[in-house]
Amino acid sequence: MKVTLIDYGAGNVPSVERALRRLGAQVETTNRPEKIGAADCLVLPGVGHCAALIAALDSHALREPLITAVGRGAAFLGICLGLQALYESSEEAPALAGLGLLPGRVTRLPENVKLPHMGWNTLKTFRATPLLESVSSDAYFYFAHSFAAPAAGDETVAVSAHGREFAAVLEKGNIRAVQFHPEKSGEAGAQVLRNFLRAAA
Amino acid sequence: MSLARRIIPCLDTDGTRVVKGVHFEGLRDAGDPVELAMRYNAEGADELVVLDIAAARDNRPTFLETIRRVAEQLAIPLTAGGGIRSLEAARAVVRAGADKITVNTAAVERPELLSELSAEFGAQAVVLAIDAKREGGGWQVRIRGGRQATSLDAAEWARRGVEMGAGEILLTSVDRDGTQSGFDTELTAAISKSVSVPVIASGGAKTPSHFLEVFTRGAADAALAASIFHDQAQSIRSLKEFLRGSGVEVRLPC
Repeated sequence: MKVTLIDYGAGNVPSVERALRRLGAQVETTNRPEKIGAADCLVLPGVGHCAALIAALDSHALREPLITAVGRGAAFLGICLGLQALYESSEEAPALAGLGLLPGRVTRLPENVKLPHMGWNTLKTFRATPLLESVSSDAYFYFAHSFAAPAAGDETVAVSAHGREFAAVLEKGNIRAVQFHPEKSGEAGAQVLRNFLRAAA
Repeated sequence: MSLARRIIPCLDTDGTRVVKGVHFEGLRDAGDPVELAMRYNAEGADELVVLDIAAARDNRPTFLETIRRVAEQLAIPLTAGGGIRSLEAARAVVRAGADKITVNTAAVERPELLSELSAEFGAQAVVLAIDAKREGGGWQVRIRGGRQATSLDAAEWARRGVEMGAGEILLTSVDRDGTQSGFDTELTAAISKSVSVPVIASGGAKTPSHFLEVFTRGAADAALAASIFHDQAQSIRSLKEFLRGSGVEVRLPC
């Protein structure tokens, strides 16, 4: 499976690349618009500040090719900020427009819990998805974020909770995304990536 | 769905080998960092911290190579630190494979470093390490591996550090470190309750009860230990089974 890994300078690009290679994927790490526009299987990683991701996508002119590739059916996986960027906007970067592939707004988790939401948490799954095949229902995944997507969207297949429930696994046609870091989530995370590669093939 | 308390083994290295000592002194060899990292990864460690405790200058190539070799084997988060004094040095450590950077003395000397790191990598990647020593009714911040006193109060410095951009506090009790007499739960609770970010308790761990105490009375979000894991005096799996049996939510990998 050939995977085009979008590299706009995010801190976790190397670890996502290592995790995909361990599973036998052929990974091309790139920030070239023409390669992203022509990709069949795209992974958008991300960690840190949402504004940095959006600004980097725009400064490398990656927004249009990414939307085009997803529009013609390329398999897409967003990780952490790569999930949040799919929405119309984020409270973390109110002046910037998200990719707008999903409706709604990413908001800050409540102040009555410690932020960032950092560490291992479980999921509550609403419907079957290829991404969670062979993953135990009580499996833990590693999260590191302070902002999160709404839990209620049609695309939400699983939520997690920290102060409130939020979308942890999304699926809308060929668009899939996870709020946790599968590349840092031990064997459960590796299974999610394996499932993505299989679904994309 | 709720966040599990984390167990974090720490590898103190001289750049290439894991070393151990009491009160930061009398170091002796405790193994190969990659072998230990693989064992902890398999045993169910939730994260790993790798420190260069002998770092005299930035960007020591041997330490970067150690980070690279450890990250290659790891499917859990990796925090690295020791002697990081600049954004440039932090970039090298992140490029080598660390998910988080921990800073201590350099942040005390120049708190803006925390803001610079947070702006570049996000607060979730910035771990402020505080070495605290009981002094009168409170705790004083110590620097240079615990050897040098400062005028800073640990709780105030923790709050300031979070304002400057730290996303997590790694709190070591200088009084308890290396003594195996239990975490300083009073210190941990005081700091944990005064900041909005997760606190990792460190220094003094020996028995499973010590961990239980620091998660309950100490309000720690995570607990870190080194030698009890290196010596195989305590397995991570049996520690976690004990904690779960005592009502503390932990991740038990299959």
